[in-house]
Amino acid sequence: MSVVKIENVDIVFGDNKAKTLPLMDKGHTRDQILGMTGDVVGVQNANIEVNEGEICVLMGLSGSGKSTLLRAVNGLNRIARGRCLVRDGDIMVDMAKCDDATLRHMRTRRVSMVFQSFALMPWLTVLENVAFGLEMQGMPKAERLKKAREQLKMVSLDKWADKKPDELSGGMRQRVGLARAFAMDTDVLLMDEPFSALDPLIRSQLQDELIELQKRLNKTIIFVSHDLDEALKIGSKIAIMESARIIQEDTPEQIVLNPSTEYVERFVAHTNPLNVLCGNSLMTPLAQLAVKEDRISVSDDIWLTLENGKLASVQGPKGDIPTARWTPETILANVPENTVFIVPANIAMRDAVELRYHSNMFMVLEDKDQCIGILNDHNFYHALLGKHFGREEVAA
Amino acid sequence: MNWLTDNKIPLGAWMESFVDWLVSAASVFFDFISITLETIIYTLVDSILWAHPLAVIAVILIGVWFLHRNIGLLVFIAASFLLIINMGYWIETIQTLVLVVTATTISVLIGVPIGIAAAHRPWLYTMLRPVLDLMQTIPTFVYLIPTLILFGLGYVPGLISTIIFAIAAPIRLTYLGVSKVPSELIEAGLAFGCTKSKLLYKVELPAAMPNIMAGITQCIMLSLSMVVVAALVGADGLGKPVIRALNTVNISQGFEAGVAIVLVAIMLDRICKSPATKNEG
Repeated sequence: MSVVKIENVDIVFGDNKAKTLPLMDKGHTRDQILGMTGDVVGVQNANIEVNEGEICVLMGLSGSGKSTLLRAVNGLNRIARGRCLVRDGDIMVDMAKCDDATLRHMRTRRVSMVFQSFALMPWLTVLENVAFGLEMQGMPKAERLKKAREQLKMVSLDKWADKKPDELSGGMRQRVGLARAFAMDTDVLLMDEPFSALDPLIRSQLQDELIELQKRLNKTIIFVSHDLDEALKIGSKIAIMESARIIQEDTPEQIVLNPSTEYVERFVAHTNPLNVLCGNSLMTPLAQLAVKEDRISVSDDIWLTLENGKLASVQGPKGDIPTARWTPETILANVPENTVFIVPANIAMRDAVELRYHSNMFMVLEDKDQCIGILNDHNFYHALLGKHFGREEVAA
Repeated sequence: MNWLTDNKIPLGAWMESFVDWLVSAASVFFDFISITLETIIYTLVDSILWAHPLAVIAVILIGVWFLHRNIGLLVFIAASFLLIINMGYWIETIQTLVLVVTATTISVLIGVPIGIAAAHRPWLYTMLRPVLDLMQTIPTFVYLIPTLILFGLGYVPGLISTIIFAIAAPIRLTYLGVSKVPSELIEAGLAFGCTKSKLLYKVELPAAMPNIMAGITQCIMLSLSMVVVAALVGADGLGKPVIRALNTVNISQGFEAGVAIVLVAIMLDRICKSPATKNEG
């Protein structure tokens, strides 16, 4: 069920929209339009659908329009054309066209926001800051302070309730920002580079906390980031933006495997594939292995035999090599070395590397009880060196 | 050259006929303002003077204690008032204080809303700026004359002149404070569903409060600097002995009245300033 639906949205900053919009349609670039009308194109023809429980990451460098697009979802930025629909119960409200009362209703009950620079009110205590949005919902004072205290407990800041924001560290302040947004009990959460201003350790810790919270609360989150590693870590869907346009929208794995343009490829080149890729996108498929006398050759002296598409045995130079089935619950210490693991096709690359490290052997991938390929060192090096996203290769 | 001086543009005459027209057309209105303000000031002055000076000082000291909790300040204030009583300027000091407080209150009541309105409408501030500059630069004696004609002798023309001179400070600083509110705080306010008035009272004004307080402090000091000028049109207070000393070339009287004014200035400054700086921290 889609909760946020962005349809053909254009956002233009300036007073000459009547002139700018036709120029955009004619395919003029952002710089050309700036020169011709003085207007700045913030977002051009954006389309995204975010479903319930998804974390959609808008990724791009500064100035790419990602924050601009995010602000259209709660109406902070007015859109020039198109629709930005947000679910309100059974209906979808167009944030661009609704009246002030509806807009306020959506902002207090349906969409809340976390800011890059925290945006806490310096004259309010931490507790009052968390209760700020609740006050706008019209909740009575005692009740909202009680609820704010619960939210603070959730981000383990209850001991800091009566402090002012400037007495807190950056990481703590953003936890207050998170608590303030979560306190609203809205379905949709907008996060504008919430962790960018924090140092790397705190950032990764807060990302983990967010993932934990999300598991419990199942919000629909639109998250803006300029860090692809962060996007890959928390996103269930990533939309990459470049100069006001969305140039690729896909799952994290597809972004890493099939970058659609050179621009995305440059981003992907600096990421760590361990957390993103799955076995079946790394493997050497069975079809590519040499077959001799009904046996499949893994290397010069190791062979596989299949029965009805299922792995029957693995033969090495000194006879059969033991095999073991791996599941995420398997305790590696209980499995002897030099065992060939049979693993599910969607095994995470990190797990696969761990298995390889333990067993010293290649792995056999299975999907629906069918052997589909093998994973060996060559596949890992291939992924780690970023060889897998040569677009020509994918096309071939 | 002769031609230039011969054909004098009657700027002054225009102003005079404008003031004459005001007097004839709106004298009821100006009389009403005059009487109202005069009643307020006289009531305040009389009720404070009715009490024993030491009781008044005690009340002030208690108030200051709750504001600042600073023993040194209390000692200074007590000593200053005792010195003023000793010099024989108690009544004049109270008259001056009432004039300053009334002028400041009216300036803030008018100035802060104007400052807020200007911060929300850039065109309004563009129009206001030359007016504010004019009000602060034009010599006070110049508009003392029309205020004298419109409001008669006494406290009120002094008060009005003081307000004209001092009101620019709260307007400018409120404008500065409200227009300087960080945009992310405004965005946060809107994102959590503030209405326009909630945004003003819950976000913009608290964020601008340090600046507004600075504007009020400045307004008080500017008002105090007008006491001598106000005395020229008959406003009672510490300005009167200064004028009298000037006219009679009386060094000792002038010095003592001057010391009293300085003491009042320092007291007001100390009392007003620290809450503002506390807010900033």
